[in-house]
Amino acid sequence: MEKAINTLSIRDKLRTYRKHSGSFVLFLITCLAALAVAAVFVFLVGYILVKGIPHLSPRLFEWNYTTENVSMMPAIINTLFIMVLTLIVAVPFGVFSAIYLSEYAKRGNRAVKLIRLTTETLAGIPSIVYGLFGYLMFNVTLHFGYSMLSGALTLAIMVLPTVMRTTEEALLAVPDSYREGSFGLGAGRLRTVFRVVLPSALPGIMSGVILAMGRIVGETAALIYTAGSVTGIANGLFASGATLSVHLYVLLSEGFYTNEAYATAVVLLVFVLVINVLSGFLTKKAALKGDSI
Amino acid sequence: MIAKYKESAMRIVFLLCACVSILAVALICIFLFANGLPAMAEIGVFKFLFGTTWSPSQGEFGILPMIVGSIYVTAGAILIGVPIGILCAVFLAKYCPKPLYKMMKPAIELLAGIPSVVYGFFGLVVIVPIMRQLVGTGKNVLTASVLLGMMILPTIVSVSESALRAVPKAYYEGALALGATHERSVFGVTLPAAKSGVAAGVVLGVGRALGEALAVSMIAGNQAVIPGSLFDGVRTLTSNIVVEMGYAEGLHKEALIATAVVLFVFVMVINVSFSLVKKKG
Repeated sequence: MEKAINTLSIRDKLRTYRKHSGSFVLFLITCLAALAVAAVFVFLVGYILVKGIPHLSPRLFEWNYTTENVSMMPAIINTLFIMVLTLIVAVPFGVFSAIYLSEYAKRGNRAVKLIRLTTETLAGIPSIVYGLFGYLMFNVTLHFGYSMLSGALTLAIMVLPTVMRTTEEALLAVPDSYREGSFGLGAGRLRTVFRVVLPSALPGIMSGVILAMGRIVGETAALIYTAGSVTGIANGLFASGATLSVHLYVLLSEGFYTNEAYATAVVLLVFVLVINVLSGFLTKKAALKGDSI
Repeated sequence: MIAKYKESAMRIVFLLCACVSILAVALICIFLFANGLPAMAEIGVFKFLFGTTWSPSQGEFGILPMIVGSIYVTAGAILIGVPIGILCAVFLAKYCPKPLYKMMKPAIELLAGIPSVVYGFFGLVVIVPIMRQLVGTGKNVLTASVLLGMMILPTIVSVSESALRAVPKAYYEGALALGATHERSVFGVTLPAAKSGVAAGVVLGVGRALGEALAVSMIAGNQAVIPGSLFDGVRTLTSNIVVEMGYAEGLHKEALIATAVVLFVFVMVINVSFSLVKKKG
C-alpha cells in the first residue's frame, strides 16, 4: 500500500518469510481470517439473494395482506411510517442535545458528564430491554396499546444516542474560525449556530440520521411488544402494525411461508444496501467539505 | 432586547433536550425495576437467581440455566468472533491492497447493517441443517455461538480497524527500522498500541452478543436447562423473554421482566467495568 523506499519485491518477501517462518504463519492466518469474513459475507448475502429473488413475485407487493398472497407491502409502508415518526421525535432532540453539548456547555460541567454517561448507557441497552420498557411505559401505563406511537417512541429513545453522537462529531468538526467570523460580524450565538454551524455540519448530521434509519429498519425485538405484529397497514398513530423485520420474524415463527420469507429478506437487504450507499455518499461529502476548509 | 430573550430561551431549550437522555435512562430504570423487583422479592432473590428449574406452570422461576446459557453462548461467540475479527481488521489496515479494500469495506458495513432477524433466518436455514447432520436437532450451544460470532464480526472489525489506523505510523516504521518483519512490527508494535480501541470493539461485540434476542431464540433450542455439552439446546436470558412474553400473565410476566432486569444489570456491569479499566489505562 504505502510506496516507501523499502518496498519489497515478491521474491524479497518470500526470502524474508523463509527466514522468519513465524511471520509467515501470522501472514497466513491473517489472510485466512479476512477470507473467512469475506466468505461469511458472500455466503450470507448470496444465499439470501439466490433463494429469494426467484420468489419475488408481484403478488408479494399487493396492497392488502391476505394469507393467500402474504404481501409485504403493508409491512413496507409501516416501516416507512414508523421510520418517519421515530425520526420526527429523535432528530430534534438528538440534534439539540448535541448543539448544547458542543456549542453551549462549558468544559467539565457536571450536567454534561451525566448526559454523556446516560447517552453511553442508552447505547448499550439491548433492544429486547427497550421492547419491554416501551411495552410497560407506553402500552400499559400510558394506555397507548400496541400502536405505531408506542413503537416509534421506543425506537426514538433507542436511536437517540446514535443521532446525538454523530451530530456532535459533525459539529465539532466545524472549524472555530467559522464561529469567530460569525461573532465578528455581530451575530449572536443562536444565529451562529443555525446559520453557520448547522449548515456546514449538515452532511455529517445526515449520515447520523441515516444510521438511525438503518437501525429502525432492522429492529425487531423492540417492536414486537410495542408496535405489535398486525399484518395490515396501520391506519393512524394508535393502530398496531408490523414493520418489515417484524413481518419476517412472524413469517419465520409461523413456519409456513419460507419462500415468502426469503423474498422478504431480499427486500430487507435492499433497504439496508440503499441506506449504506446513501450514508457512504454523505460521509464522503462531509469529508470533502472538511478538506476544502 | 427580544434577541436576548430568544438567546436565553433557546439555551434552556437546548439544555432541556440534552436532559432527555437522563430522563430516558431514569424512566427505563424506574419502569423495569418497579415491575421486576417485586416479582424477584416474591419469588425470593436467591431462588430466582440461583434456582435451576424454570417451570412457570408450577410456580418455579429459577433463571440460573438462562444466566449460564447466556454466558456460554456469549463466550462461544467471543471465541469465534474476536480472533477472526481482530485478524481481519489487521488485514484491512495493514495488508489489504486498495482495490480489494474498496470491496471489503462496504461489504463489512453491509454485514453490520443486516438486521438480526435476517441473521437468525440464515442460521435457521443454513447453520441448523448442517449441525443437524452432526448431532441431534441442530439447535444447540454451538449453533448459537457460531451465528453470534458471525453477528459480532463487523462490529469488532470496524472498531479494531479504526483503532489500528489511529496508531502513529512512526511506531510501525520504527519497528521495521530495527529489523523486524512486517508481521512482527504489526503484531508486536501496532496491535499492542491499539489495544484499548480493540478492547472497545470487543466490549461492543460482547454487548451485542449478550443482548441479541430473536436470532438466538430461533436457533438455540430454548430448553430451560443448563446445557451439559456444546451440542445441547440452550436458552439465554433474552430468548427466555422472547419465547414466553407473548402469553405470560401475572407473576410469570413479572418474572420475565425481572429477567430483563438481570440482563440490563449484566450489560451495565460490563460497560461500566470496561470504562473503569479504560480510565486506568
